[in-house]
Amino acid sequence: MSATARTVARGAPWGRAATILVPYLWLLLFFAAPFAIVAAISLGDYTPDTVPPVTLTWSGKAYALLVGDALYAAAYLNSLRIAAIATIVTLLIGYPMAYTIARAPAGWRGPLLMAVILPFWTSFLIRIYAWMGILSENGLLNQVLRGSGLVDDPGTLLGTEWAIYLGIAYAYLPFMVLPLYASLEKMDAALLEAAADLGARPWTAFRTVTLPLSLPGIVGGCLLVFIPAVGEFVIPDLLGGTGTLMIGKVLWDEFFSNGDWPMASAVAMAMLVVLVAPIVLFQRARARDLAGR
Amino acid sequence: MPGRTSRLLLAVLAFGYAFLYVPILTMIVYSFNESRLVTVWSGFSVKWWGELLRNEAMLDAALLSFQIALVNACVATVLGTMAGFALARHPRFPGRIAFTGLIAAPLVMPEVIMGIASLLLFVALDQVLGWPRRGFATIAIAHITFSAAYVAVVIQSRLADFDRAVEEAAMDLGARPFTVLRTITLPLIAPSLVAGWLLAFTLSMDDLILTQFVAGAQSQTLPMLVYSSVRLGVSPQINVLATIIVTVAGAAIVGAGWLMNRARRQRDRDAYAATRRA
Repeated sequence: MSATARTVARGAPWGRAATILVPYLWLLLFFAAPFAIVAAISLGDYTPDTVPPVTLTWSGKAYALLVGDALYAAAYLNSLRIAAIATIVTLLIGYPMAYTIARAPAGWRGPLLMAVILPFWTSFLIRIYAWMGILSENGLLNQVLRGSGLVDDPGTLLGTEWAIYLGIAYAYLPFMVLPLYASLEKMDAALLEAAADLGARPWTAFRTVTLPLSLPGIVGGCLLVFIPAVGEFVIPDLLGGTGTLMIGKVLWDEFFSNGDWPMASAVAMAMLVVLVAPIVLFQRARARDLAGR
Repeated sequence: MPGRTSRLLLAVLAFGYAFLYVPILTMIVYSFNESRLVTVWSGFSVKWWGELLRNEAMLDAALLSFQIALVNACVATVLGTMAGFALARHPRFPGRIAFTGLIAAPLVMPEVIMGIASLLLFVALDQVLGWPRRGFATIAIAHITFSAAYVAVVIQSRLADFDRAVEEAAMDLGARPFTVLRTITLPLIAPSLVAGWLLAFTLSMDDLILTQFVAGAQSQTLPMLVYSSVRLGVSPQINVLATIIVTVAGAAIVGAGWLMNRARRQRDRDAYAATRRA
Protein backbone atom coordinates (compact mmCIF):
# COMPACT_ATOMS: atom_id res chain seq x y z
CA MET A 1 0.00 0.00 0.00
CA SER A 2 1.31 3.44 -0.91
CA ALA A 3 1.64 6.20 1.66
CA THR A 4 -1.44 7.99 0.32
CA ALA A 5 -3.49 4.80 0.37
CA ARG A 6 -2.57 4.36 4.01
CA THR A 7 -3.66 7.89 4.78
CA VAL A 8 -6.95 7.31 2.95
CA ALA A 9 -7.49 4.08 4.84
CA ARG A 10 -6.91 5.76 8.15
CA GLY A 11 -8.77 8.96 7.43
CA ALA A 12 -8.47 11.81 9.90
CA PRO A 13 -7.59 10.40 13.35
CA TRP A 14 -10.61 11.90 15.15
CA GLY A 15 -12.81 10.88 12.26
CA ARG A 16 -11.63 7.31 12.55
CA ALA A 17 -12.22 7.22 16.30
CA ALA A 18 -15.71 8.64 15.95
CA THR A 19 -16.61 6.29 13.09
CA ILE A 20 -15.86 3.31 15.31
CA LEU A 21 -16.87 4.64 18.72
CA VAL A 22 -20.27 6.19 18.03
CA PRO A 23 -21.98 3.07 16.59
CA TYR A 24 -20.01 0.83 18.97
CA LEU A 25 -21.20 2.66 22.08
CA TRP A 26 -24.75 2.89 20.75
CA LEU A 27 -24.93 -0.87 20.15
CA LEU A 28 -23.27 -1.64 23.50
CA LEU A 29 -25.77 0.53 25.36
CA PHE A 30 -28.96 -0.31 23.47
CA PHE A 31 -28.31 -3.84 22.22
CA ALA A 32 -25.77 -5.59 24.50
CA ALA A 33 -26.37 -4.00 27.91
CA PRO A 34 -30.09 -4.89 27.94
CA PHE A 35 -29.17 -8.59 28.03
CA ALA A 36 -27.45 -8.08 31.39
CA ILE A 37 -30.68 -6.56 32.68
CA VAL A 38 -32.72 -9.45 31.26
CA ALA A 39 -30.38 -11.84 33.07
CA ALA A 40 -30.81 -9.94 36.35
CA ILE A 41 -34.59 -9.74 36.07
CA SER A 42 -34.84 -13.44 35.15
CA LEU A 43 -33.35 -14.29 38.55
CA GLY A 44 -35.75 -12.03 40.45
CA ASP A 45 -39.15 -12.70 41.98
CA TYR A 46 -42.47 -11.95 40.34
CA THR A 47 -44.32 -9.50 42.61
CA PRO A 48 -47.59 -8.49 40.92
CA ASP A 49 -48.25 -5.64 43.37
CA THR A 50 -45.13 -3.60 42.63
CA VAL A 51 -44.36 -1.39 39.62
CA PRO A 52 -42.55 -2.86 37.73
CA PRO A 53 -43.74 -6.30 38.86
CA VAL A 54 -40.29 -7.54 39.88
CA THR A 55 -38.27 -7.72 43.06
CA LEU A 56 -34.58 -8.25 42.48
CA THR A 57 -33.31 -11.33 44.30
CA TRP A 58 -31.12 -14.26 43.38
CA SER A 59 -33.88 -16.79 43.90
CA GLY A 60 -34.04 -18.12 40.32
CA LYS A 61 -37.63 -19.25 40.87
CA ALA A 62 -38.43 -18.64 37.21
CA TYR A 63 -35.71 -21.10 36.15
CA ALA A 64 -37.01 -23.71 38.58
CA LEU A 65 -40.40 -23.39 36.91
CA LEU A 66 -38.81 -23.40 33.44
CA VAL A 67 -37.19 -26.75 34.17
CA GLY A 68 -40.01 -28.13 36.30
CA ASP A 69 -42.95 -27.45 34.00
CA ALA A 70 -42.86 -29.75 30.97
CA LEU A 71 -44.80 -27.15 28.96
CA TYR A 72 -41.69 -25.01 28.46
CA ALA A 73 -39.47 -27.84 27.23
CA ALA A 74 -42.24 -28.91 24.88
CA ALA A 75 -42.53 -25.35 23.54
CA TYR A 76 -38.76 -25.12 22.90
CA LEU A 77 -38.61 -28.48 21.12
CA ASN A 78 -41.73 -27.69 19.13
CA SER A 79 -40.27 -24.33 18.02
CA LEU A 80 -37.01 -25.95 16.93
CA ARG A 81 -38.91 -28.64 15.01
CA ILE A 82 -41.30 -26.20 13.30
CA ALA A 83 -38.46 -23.81 12.44
CA ALA A 84 -36.38 -26.68 11.02
CA ILE A 85 -39.21 -28.04 8.84
CA ALA A 86 -40.12 -24.52 7.67
CA THR A 87 -36.45 -23.86 6.81
CA ILE A 88 -36.34 -27.02 4.66
CA VAL A 89 -39.58 -26.02 2.91
CA THR A 90 -38.11 -22.57 2.23
CA LEU A 91 -34.90 -24.13 0.89
CA LEU A 92 -36.86 -26.45 -1.42
CA ILE A 93 -38.74 -23.49 -2.90
CA GLY A 94 -35.81 -21.05 -2.82
CA TYR A 95 -33.02 -23.23 -4.27
CA PRO A 96 -34.58 -23.90 -7.70
CA MET A 97 -35.55 -20.21 -7.92
CA ALA A 98 -32.05 -18.98 -7.07
CA TYR A 99 -30.56 -21.58 -9.45
CA THR A 100 -32.78 -20.56 -12.36
CA ILE A 101 -32.16 -16.83 -11.76
CA ALA A 102 -28.39 -17.41 -11.61
CA ARG A 103 -28.56 -19.28 -14.97
CA ALA A 104 -30.78 -16.64 -16.63
CA PRO A 105 -29.35 -14.25 -19.27
CA ALA A 106 -27.27 -11.57 -17.50
CA GLY A 107 -29.72 -8.76 -18.28
CA TRP A 108 -32.62 -10.67 -16.68
CA ARG A 109 -30.96 -11.51 -13.37
CA GLY A 110 -31.32 -8.06 -11.79
CA PRO A 111 -35.07 -7.68 -12.47
CA LEU A 112 -35.80 -11.33 -11.54
CA LEU A 113 -33.97 -10.94 -8.23
CA MET A 114 -35.67 -7.60 -7.63
CA ALA A 115 -39.04 -9.34 -8.08
CA VAL A 116 -38.12 -11.78 -5.28
CA ILE A 117 -37.14 -8.96 -2.91
CA LEU A 118 -39.99 -6.57 -3.74
CA PRO A 119 -42.64 -8.18 -1.47
CA PHE A 120 -40.19 -7.80 1.45
CA TRP A 121 -40.60 -4.02 1.11
CA THR A 122 -44.31 -4.24 1.83
CA SER A 123 -45.59 -4.91 5.32
CA PHE A 124 -44.72 -8.28 6.87
CA LEU A 125 -47.87 -8.24 8.98
CA ILE A 126 -50.04 -7.58 5.96
CA ARG A 127 -48.43 -10.36 3.94
CA ILE A 128 -49.24 -12.82 6.72
CA TYR A 129 -52.75 -11.36 6.90
CA ALA A 130 -53.17 -12.16 3.19
CA TRP A 131 -52.72 -15.86 3.99
CA MET A 132 -55.41 -15.70 6.67
CA GLY A 133 -57.89 -14.94 3.91
CA ILE A 134 -56.49 -17.48 1.45
CA LEU A 135 -56.31 -20.38 3.88
CA SER A 136 -59.61 -19.82 5.67
CA GLU A 137 -62.62 -22.16 5.36
CA ASN A 138 -64.10 -20.29 2.37
CA GLY A 139 -60.81 -18.78 1.23
CA LEU A 140 -59.28 -18.75 -2.23
CA LEU A 141 -57.44 -22.06 -1.78
CA ASN A 142 -60.56 -23.98 -0.82
CA GLN A 143 -62.59 -22.27 -3.56
CA VAL A 144 -60.04 -23.44 -6.10
CA LEU A 145 -59.93 -26.95 -4.62
CA ARG A 146 -63.73 -27.25 -4.62
CA GLY A 147 -64.06 -25.66 -8.05
CA SER A 148 -61.59 -28.13 -9.55
CA GLY A 149 -63.87 -30.91 -8.38
CA LEU A 150 -60.93 -32.89 -7.04
CA VAL A 151 -61.82 -32.40 -3.40
CA ASP A 152 -65.31 -31.98 -1.97
CA ASP A 153 -64.45 -31.15 1.59
CA PRO A 154 -60.88 -29.89 1.69
CA GLY A 155 -60.92 -28.97 5.39
CA THR A 156 -59.10 -25.90 6.63
CA LEU A 157 -55.36 -25.31 6.59
CA LEU A 158 -55.68 -22.21 8.77
CA GLY A 159 -54.89 -23.11 12.34
CA THR A 160 -52.64 -26.06 11.49
CA GLU A 161 -48.87 -26.42 11.56
CA TRP A 162 -48.86 -26.52 7.76
CA ALA A 163 -50.13 -22.94 7.73
CA ILE A 164 -47.14 -21.98 9.90
CA TYR A 165 -44.63 -23.66 7.55
CA LEU A 166 -46.27 -21.89 4.63
CA GLY A 167 -46.25 -18.54 6.41
CA ILE A 168 -42.57 -18.80 7.36
CA ALA A 169 -41.57 -19.94 3.86
CA TYR A 170 -43.54 -17.06 2.38
CA ALA A 171 -42.24 -14.35 4.71
CA TYR A 172 -38.58 -15.45 4.71
CA LEU A 173 -38.14 -16.57 1.07
CA PRO A 174 -36.03 -13.51 0.06
CA PHE A 175 -33.59 -14.23 2.93
CA MET A 176 -33.09 -17.73 1.49
CA VAL A 177 -32.87 -16.77 -2.18
CA LEU A 178 -30.35 -13.91 -1.80
CA PRO A 179 -27.42 -15.86 -0.24
CA LEU A 180 -28.16 -18.86 -2.49
CA TYR A 181 -28.11 -16.65 -5.57
CA ALA A 182 -24.87 -14.98 -4.43
CA SER A 183 -23.06 -18.33 -4.16
CA LEU A 184 -24.60 -19.84 -7.33
CA GLU A 185 -23.89 -16.77 -9.44
CA LYS A 186 -20.18 -16.79 -8.52
CA MET A 187 -19.87 -20.34 -9.80
CA ASP A 188 -17.87 -20.87 -12.98
CA ALA A 189 -20.03 -22.43 -15.71
CA ALA A 190 -16.86 -24.04 -17.12
CA LEU A 191 -16.86 -26.45 -14.17
CA LEU A 192 -20.20 -27.88 -15.27
CA GLU A 193 -19.02 -28.12 -18.87
CA ALA A 194 -15.91 -29.95 -17.70
CA ALA A 195 -18.08 -32.36 -15.71
CA ALA A 196 -20.28 -32.93 -18.77
CA ASP A 197 -17.22 -33.45 -21.01
CA LEU A 198 -16.00 -36.07 -18.59
CA GLY A 199 -19.30 -37.88 -19.02
CA ALA A 200 -21.24 -36.76 -15.97
CA ARG A 201 -25.01 -36.67 -16.43
CA PRO A 202 -26.73 -33.38 -15.50
CA TRP A 203 -27.98 -34.75 -12.17
CA THR A 204 -24.57 -36.17 -11.25
CA ALA A 205 -22.90 -32.91 -12.21
CA PHE A 206 -25.38 -31.01 -10.06
CA ARG A 207 -24.91 -33.33 -7.10
CA THR A 208 -21.11 -33.43 -7.24
CA VAL A 209 -20.27 -29.91 -8.49
CA THR A 210 -23.08 -27.36 -8.08
CA LEU A 211 -24.47 -28.49 -4.75
CA PRO A 212 -21.14 -28.59 -2.85
CA LEU A 213 -20.07 -25.23 -4.31
CA SER A 214 -23.34 -23.61 -3.24
CA LEU A 215 -23.02 -24.94 0.31
CA PRO A 216 -22.02 -21.54 1.81
CA GLY A 217 -25.20 -20.07 0.34
CA ILE A 218 -27.27 -22.94 1.71
CA VAL A 219 -25.80 -22.51 5.21
CA GLY A 220 -26.21 -18.71 5.13
CA GLY A 221 -29.77 -18.83 3.83
CA CYS A 222 -30.88 -21.56 6.24
CA LEU A 223 -29.49 -19.69 9.25
CA LEU A 224 -31.17 -16.44 8.14
CA VAL A 225 -34.49 -18.31 8.11
CA PHE A 226 -34.05 -20.74 10.98
CA ILE A 227 -32.85 -18.42 13.78
CA PRO A 228 -35.63 -15.82 13.62
CA ALA A 229 -38.21 -18.55 12.88
CA VAL A 230 -37.47 -20.24 16.22
CA GLY A 231 -38.63 -17.12 18.07
CA GLU A 232 -41.37 -16.23 15.58
CA PHE A 233 -44.53 -14.82 17.14
CA VAL A 234 -46.79 -13.24 14.51
CA ILE A 235 -46.94 -16.26 12.17
CA PRO A 236 -47.94 -18.90 14.77
CA ASP A 237 -50.28 -16.38 16.39
CA LEU A 238 -52.18 -15.47 13.22
CA LEU A 239 -51.88 -18.63 11.10
CA GLY A 240 -51.42 -21.37 13.72
CA GLY A 241 -54.21 -22.59 15.94
CA THR A 242 -54.74 -21.54 19.53
CA GLY A 243 -53.08 -24.79 20.57
CA THR A 244 -49.84 -24.06 18.71
CA LEU A 245 -47.01 -24.18 21.19
CA MET A 246 -44.08 -22.02 20.13
CA ILE A 247 -41.63 -20.37 22.46
CA GLY A 248 -41.99 -16.86 21.02
CA LYS A 249 -45.71 -17.05 21.75
CA VAL A 250 -45.03 -18.37 25.28
CA LEU A 251 -42.71 -15.43 25.99
CA TRP A 252 -45.28 -12.98 24.61
CA ASP A 253 -48.07 -14.42 26.77
CA GLU A 254 -45.93 -14.53 29.92
CA PHE A 255 -45.20 -10.86 29.39
CA PHE A 256 -48.41 -9.36 28.04
CA SER A 257 -51.08 -11.68 29.47
CA ASN A 258 -49.55 -12.75 32.79
CA GLY A 259 -47.33 -9.70 33.36
CA ASP A 260 -44.70 -12.08 34.73
CA TRP A 261 -41.51 -10.25 33.80
CA PRO A 262 -39.05 -12.68 35.50
CA MET A 263 -40.62 -15.67 33.72
CA ALA A 264 -40.60 -13.90 30.34
CA SER A 265 -36.94 -12.95 30.96
CA ALA A 266 -36.01 -16.53 31.87
CA VAL A 267 -37.72 -17.79 28.69
CA ALA A 268 -35.72 -15.21 26.70
CA MET A 269 -32.43 -16.23 28.37
CA ALA A 270 -33.07 -19.91 27.64
CA MET A 271 -33.93 -19.11 24.02
CA LEU A 272 -30.71 -17.13 23.75
CA VAL A 273 -28.70 -20.12 25.05
CA VAL A 274 -30.31 -22.36 22.42
CA LEU A 275 -29.62 -19.83 19.64
CA VAL A 276 -26.07 -18.79 20.57
CA ALA A 277 -24.45 -21.55 18.51
CA PRO A 278 -26.39 -20.82 15.28
CA ILE A 279 -25.89 -17.06 15.74
CA VAL A 280 -22.10 -17.49 16.10
CA LEU A 281 -22.14 -19.78 13.05
CA PHE A 282 -24.04 -17.08 11.13
CA GLN A 283 -21.55 -14.38 12.10
CA ARG A 284 -18.58 -16.58 11.11
CA ALA A 285 -20.19 -17.38 7.74
CA ARG A 286 -20.76 -13.67 7.09
CA ALA A 287 -17.20 -12.74 8.04
CA ARG A 288 -15.82 -15.46 5.72
CA ASP A 289 -18.05 -14.33 2.89
CA LEU A 290 -16.87 -10.72 3.18
CA ALA A 291 -13.21 -11.75 3.49
CA GLY A 292 -13.56 -13.92 0.38
CA ARG A 293 -14.39 -10.99 -1.87
CA MET B 1 -29.27 -26.36 -20.47
CA PRO B 2 -31.16 -29.29 -22.05
CA GLY B 3 -34.71 -28.37 -23.08
CA ARG B 4 -36.63 -30.49 -20.60
CA THR B 5 -34.60 -29.34 -17.60
CA SER B 6 -34.90 -25.70 -18.56
CA ARG B 7 -38.68 -26.00 -19.00
CA LEU B 8 -38.91 -27.59 -15.55
CA LEU B 9 -36.81 -24.79 -14.05
CA LEU B 10 -38.94 -22.13 -15.71
CA ALA B 11 -42.04 -23.79 -14.29
CA VAL B 12 -40.47 -23.76 -10.81
CA LEU B 13 -39.59 -20.09 -11.21
CA ALA B 14 -43.14 -19.25 -12.33
CA PHE B 15 -44.53 -21.17 -9.37
CA GLY B 16 -42.19 -19.25 -7.03
CA TYR B 17 -43.33 -15.86 -8.33
CA ALA B 18 -46.97 -16.93 -8.16
CA PHE B 19 -46.38 -18.00 -4.55
CA LEU B 20 -44.95 -14.53 -3.83
CA TYR B 21 -47.47 -12.39 -5.68
CA VAL B 22 -50.87 -14.15 -5.73
CA PRO B 23 -51.55 -13.41 -2.02
CA ILE B 24 -50.76 -9.73 -2.55
CA LEU B 25 -52.94 -9.57 -5.68
CA THR B 26 -55.91 -11.20 -3.94
CA MET B 27 -55.65 -8.61 -1.16
CA ILE B 28 -55.75 -5.79 -3.69
CA VAL B 29 -58.69 -7.29 -5.59
CA TYR B 30 -60.73 -7.82 -2.43
CA SER B 31 -60.14 -4.24 -1.26
CA PHE B 32 -62.68 -3.33 -3.98
CA ASN B 33 -65.17 -5.96 -2.82
CA GLU B 34 -68.63 -4.86 -1.77
CA SER B 35 -69.17 -7.55 0.84
CA ARG B 36 -67.85 -7.34 4.38
CA LEU B 37 -66.70 -10.94 3.91
CA VAL B 38 -63.22 -10.73 2.51
CA THR B 39 -63.47 -14.14 0.87
CA VAL B 40 -66.72 -13.81 -1.08
CA TRP B 41 -66.89 -11.55 -4.12
CA SER B 42 -70.20 -9.67 -4.29
CA GLY B 43 -69.47 -6.78 -6.61
CA PHE B 44 -67.18 -3.81 -7.17
CA SER B 45 -67.21 -1.06 -4.56
CA VAL B 46 -64.91 1.58 -3.15
CA LYS B 47 -66.85 1.98 0.09
CA TRP B 48 -64.07 0.40 2.22
CA TRP B 49 -61.69 2.99 0.82
CA GLY B 50 -63.99 5.71 2.16
CA GLU B 51 -64.28 3.96 5.52
CA LEU B 52 -60.52 3.71 5.89
CA LEU B 53 -59.94 7.34 4.98
CA ARG B 54 -62.47 8.38 7.63
CA ASN B 55 -60.91 6.08 10.25
CA GLU B 56 -59.30 8.62 12.61
CA ALA B 57 -57.49 6.05 14.77
CA MET B 58 -55.92 4.52 11.67
CA LEU B 59 -54.80 7.91 10.35
CA ASP B 60 -53.30 8.91 13.72
CA ALA B 61 -51.43 5.61 13.95
CA ALA B 62 -50.17 6.00 10.38
CA LEU B 63 -48.92 9.52 11.14
CA LEU B 64 -47.08 8.35 14.29
CA SER B 65 -45.48 5.44 12.39
CA PHE B 66 -44.44 7.79 9.60
CA GLN B 67 -42.79 10.26 12.01
CA ILE B 68 -40.93 7.49 13.84
CA ALA B 69 -39.84 5.91 10.56
CA LEU B 70 -38.50 9.27 9.34
CA VAL B 71 -36.44 9.92 12.48
CA ASN B 72 -35.30 6.30 12.53
CA ALA B 73 -34.22 6.25 8.88
CA CYS B 74 -32.10 9.40 9.24
CA VAL B 75 -30.34 8.45 12.49
CA ALA B 76 -29.93 4.77 11.51
CA THR B 77 -28.40 5.75 8.15
CA VAL B 78 -25.78 7.93 9.88
CA LEU B 79 -25.00 5.31 12.56
CA GLY B 80 -25.10 2.40 10.13
CA THR B 81 -22.87 4.18 7.61
CA MET B 82 -20.30 4.87 10.35
CA ALA B 83 -20.43 1.22 11.38
CA GLY B 84 -20.14 0.13 7.73
CA PHE B 85 -17.01 2.28 7.34
CA ALA B 86 -15.59 0.96 10.62
CA LEU B 87 -16.02 -2.63 9.41
CA ALA B 88 -14.88 -2.14 5.81
CA ARG B 89 -12.04 0.34 6.32
CA HIS B 90 -10.52 -0.53 9.69
CA PRO B 91 -9.36 -4.13 9.66
CA ARG B 92 -7.81 -3.87 13.12
CA PHE B 93 -9.04 -2.09 16.20
CA PRO B 94 -9.55 -3.23 19.79
CA GLY B 95 -12.83 -5.10 20.18
CA ARG B 96 -13.43 -5.50 16.45
CA ILE B 97 -14.65 -9.08 16.78
CA ALA B 98 -17.23 -8.07 19.38
CA PHE B 99 -18.24 -5.20 17.10
CA THR B 100 -18.89 -7.51 14.13
CA GLY B 101 -21.00 -9.62 16.48
CA LEU B 102 -22.99 -6.56 17.56
CA ILE B 103 -23.73 -5.85 13.90
CA ALA B 104 -24.59 -9.45 12.91
CA ALA B 105 -26.74 -10.39 15.93
CA PRO B 106 -29.61 -7.90 15.41
CA LEU B 107 -30.08 -9.27 11.87
CA VAL B 108 -31.19 -12.68 13.10
CA MET B 109 -32.08 -12.20 16.78
CA PRO B 110 -35.74 -13.13 17.38
CA GLU B 111 -37.64 -9.92 17.94
CA VAL B 112 -39.35 -11.08 21.12
CA ILE B 113 -35.90 -11.28 22.76
CA MET B 114 -34.85 -7.83 21.53
CA GLY B 115 -38.26 -6.51 22.58
CA ILE B 116 -38.11 -7.62 26.19
CA ALA B 117 -34.43 -6.67 26.48
CA SER B 118 -35.01 -3.13 25.17
CA LEU B 119 -38.05 -2.63 27.37
CA LEU B 120 -36.20 -3.70 30.53
CA LEU B 121 -33.36 -1.30 29.67
CA PHE B 122 -35.77 1.61 29.18
CA VAL B 123 -37.56 0.84 32.46
CA ALA B 124 -34.22 0.70 34.29
CA LEU B 125 -33.02 3.95 32.69
CA ASP B 126 -36.33 5.63 33.50
CA GLN B 127 -36.05 4.60 37.14
CA VAL B 128 -32.47 5.82 37.45
CA LEU B 129 -32.43 8.89 35.19
CA GLY B 130 -36.11 9.71 34.75
CA TRP B 131 -35.62 9.26 30.99
CA PRO B 132 -36.81 8.00 28.52
CA ARG B 133 -40.56 7.87 29.10
CA ARG B 134 -42.15 5.09 27.08
CA GLY B 135 -43.48 6.37 23.76
CA PHE B 136 -41.98 8.07 20.73
CA ALA B 137 -38.42 8.16 22.09
CA THR B 138 -38.25 4.53 23.21
CA ILE B 139 -39.79 3.27 19.95
CA ALA B 140 -37.38 5.36 17.88
CA ILE B 141 -34.30 4.25 19.85
CA ALA B 142 -35.28 0.57 19.61
CA HIS B 143 -35.90 0.86 15.87
CA ILE B 144 -32.63 2.74 15.26
CA THR B 145 -30.66 0.04 17.07
CA PHE B 146 -31.69 -2.82 14.81
CA SER B 147 -32.12 -0.94 11.55
CA ALA B 148 -28.62 0.60 11.89
CA ALA B 149 -27.28 -2.97 11.73
CA TYR B 150 -29.06 -3.50 8.40
CA VAL B 151 -27.70 -0.21 7.04
CA ALA B 152 -24.20 -1.20 8.20
CA VAL B 153 -24.41 -4.42 6.17
CA VAL B 154 -25.53 -2.55 3.04
CA ILE B 155 -22.73 0.04 3.35
CA GLN B 156 -20.08 -2.52 4.30
CA SER B 157 -20.74 -4.66 1.25
CA ARG B 158 -20.74 -1.57 -1.00
CA LEU B 159 -17.38 -0.44 0.41
CA ALA B 160 -15.94 -3.94 -0.03
CA ASP B 161 -16.34 -3.49 -3.81
CA PHE B 162 -15.17 0.13 -3.76
CA ASP B 163 -12.33 1.21 -6.05
CA ARG B 164 -9.92 3.10 -3.80
CA ALA B 165 -7.92 4.55 -6.73
CA VAL B 166 -10.18 7.62 -7.05
CA GLU B 167 -9.73 8.43 -3.35
CA GLU B 168 -5.96 8.02 -3.67
CA ALA B 169 -5.95 10.31 -6.72
CA ALA B 170 -7.79 13.01 -4.79
CA MET B 171 -5.35 12.66 -1.88
CA ASP B 172 -2.40 12.89 -4.26
CA LEU B 173 -3.88 16.13 -5.57
CA GLY B 174 -3.82 17.46 -2.01
CA ALA B 175 -7.41 16.94 -0.83
CA ARG B 176 -7.83 16.49 2.91
CA PRO B 177 -9.46 13.27 4.18
CA PHE B 178 -12.73 14.98 5.04
CA THR B 179 -12.90 16.64 1.62
CA VAL B 180 -12.28 13.28 -0.04
CA LEU B 181 -15.09 11.76 2.00
CA ARG B 182 -17.49 14.59 1.18
CA THR B 183 -16.72 15.05 -2.52
CA ILE B 184 -15.62 11.57 -3.65
CA THR B 185 -16.57 8.70 -1.36
CA LEU B 186 -20.07 9.67 -0.21
CA PRO B 187 -21.31 10.71 -3.69
CA LEU B 188 -20.02 7.40 -5.11
CA ILE B 189 -21.81 5.29 -2.50
CA ALA B 190 -24.93 7.50 -2.63
CA PRO B 191 -27.14 4.75 -4.14
CA SER B 192 -26.28 2.49 -1.19
CA LEU B 193 -27.01 5.34 1.23
CA VAL B 194 -30.43 5.76 -0.38
CA ALA B 195 -31.02 2.00 -0.27
CA GLY B 196 -29.99 1.89 3.40
CA TRP B 197 -32.26 4.82 4.26
CA LEU B 198 -35.23 3.22 2.49
CA LEU B 199 -34.52 -0.11 4.17
CA ALA B 200 -34.40 1.51 7.62
CA PHE B 201 -37.58 3.45 6.90
CA THR B 202 -39.42 0.29 5.81
CA LEU B 203 -38.19 -1.79 8.77
CA SER B 204 -39.45 0.87 11.18
CA MET B 205 -42.76 1.43 9.41
CA ASP B 206 -43.37 -2.31 9.51
CA ASP B 207 -42.18 -3.33 12.97
CA LEU B 208 -44.71 -4.82 15.36
CA ILE B 209 -43.10 -6.97 18.04
CA LEU B 210 -40.28 -4.73 19.23
CA THR B 211 -42.66 -1.77 19.14
CA GLN B 212 -45.35 -3.54 21.13
CA PHE B 213 -42.83 -4.17 23.93
CA VAL B 214 -41.40 -0.65 24.18
CA ALA B 215 -44.36 1.54 23.16
CA GLY B 216 -46.08 1.89 26.52
CA ALA B 217 -49.80 2.51 26.93
CA GLN B 218 -50.07 5.90 25.21
CA SER B 219 -48.64 5.29 21.76
CA GLN B 220 -50.10 3.13 19.02
CA THR B 221 -48.27 2.68 15.74
CA LEU B 222 -49.86 1.49 12.52
CA PRO B 223 -48.68 -2.16 12.81
CA MET B 224 -49.95 -2.28 16.41
CA LEU B 225 -53.39 -1.13 15.29
CA VAL B 226 -53.39 -3.47 12.29
CA TYR B 227 -52.40 -6.38 14.52
CA SER B 228 -55.15 -5.75 17.06
CA SER B 229 -57.75 -5.51 14.30
CA VAL B 230 -56.43 -8.53 12.37
CA ARG B 231 -56.57 -10.71 15.49
CA LEU B 232 -60.34 -10.24 15.42
CA GLY B 233 -60.44 -11.63 11.89
CA VAL B 234 -60.05 -10.38 8.34
CA SER B 235 -61.48 -6.95 7.58
CA PRO B 236 -61.89 -5.15 4.24
CA GLN B 237 -60.32 -1.95 5.62
CA ILE B 238 -57.05 -3.82 6.15
CA ASN B 239 -57.19 -4.87 2.49
CA VAL B 240 -57.46 -1.21 1.50
CA LEU B 241 -54.52 -0.35 3.76
CA ALA B 242 -52.54 -3.22 2.24
CA THR B 243 -53.26 -1.93 -1.27
CA ILE B 244 -52.06 1.55 -0.31
CA ILE B 245 -48.87 0.20 1.30
CA VAL B 246 -48.08 -2.07 -1.66
CA THR B 247 -48.65 0.79 -4.12
CA VAL B 248 -46.57 3.33 -2.19
CA ALA B 249 -43.72 0.89 -1.48
CA GLY B 250 -43.70 -0.37 -5.07
CA ALA B 251 -43.66 3.17 -6.46
CA ALA B 252 -40.87 4.22 -4.05
CA ILE B 253 -38.68 1.24 -4.98
CA VAL B 254 -39.23 1.54 -8.72
CA GLY B 255 -38.76 5.32 -8.51
CA ALA B 256 -35.54 5.04 -6.50
CA GLY B 257 -34.23 2.42 -8.92
CA TRP B 258 -35.04 4.64 -11.89
CA LEU B 259 -33.35 7.71 -10.32
CA MET B 260 -30.21 5.72 -9.45
CA ASN B 261 -30.07 4.28 -12.94
CA ARG B 262 -30.36 7.75 -14.46
CA ALA B 263 -27.65 9.12 -12.15
CA ARG B 264 -25.34 6.26 -13.13
CA ARG B 265 -25.93 6.81 -16.84
CA GLN B 266 -25.28 10.53 -16.39
CA ARG B 267 -22.00 9.75 -14.60
CA ASP B 268 -20.98 7.34 -17.35
CA ARG B 269 -21.72 10.02 -19.98
CA ASP B 270 -19.68 12.59 -18.01
CA ALA B 271 -16.79 10.17 -17.67
CA TYR B 272 -16.95 9.41 -21.40
CA ALA B 273 -17.03 13.13 -22.26
CA ALA B 274 -14.08 13.74 -19.94
CA THR B 275 -11.97 11.05 -21.58
CA ARG B 276 -12.86 12.40 -25.04
CA ARG B 277 -11.73 15.88 -24.05
CA ALA B 278 -8.47 14.49 -22.67
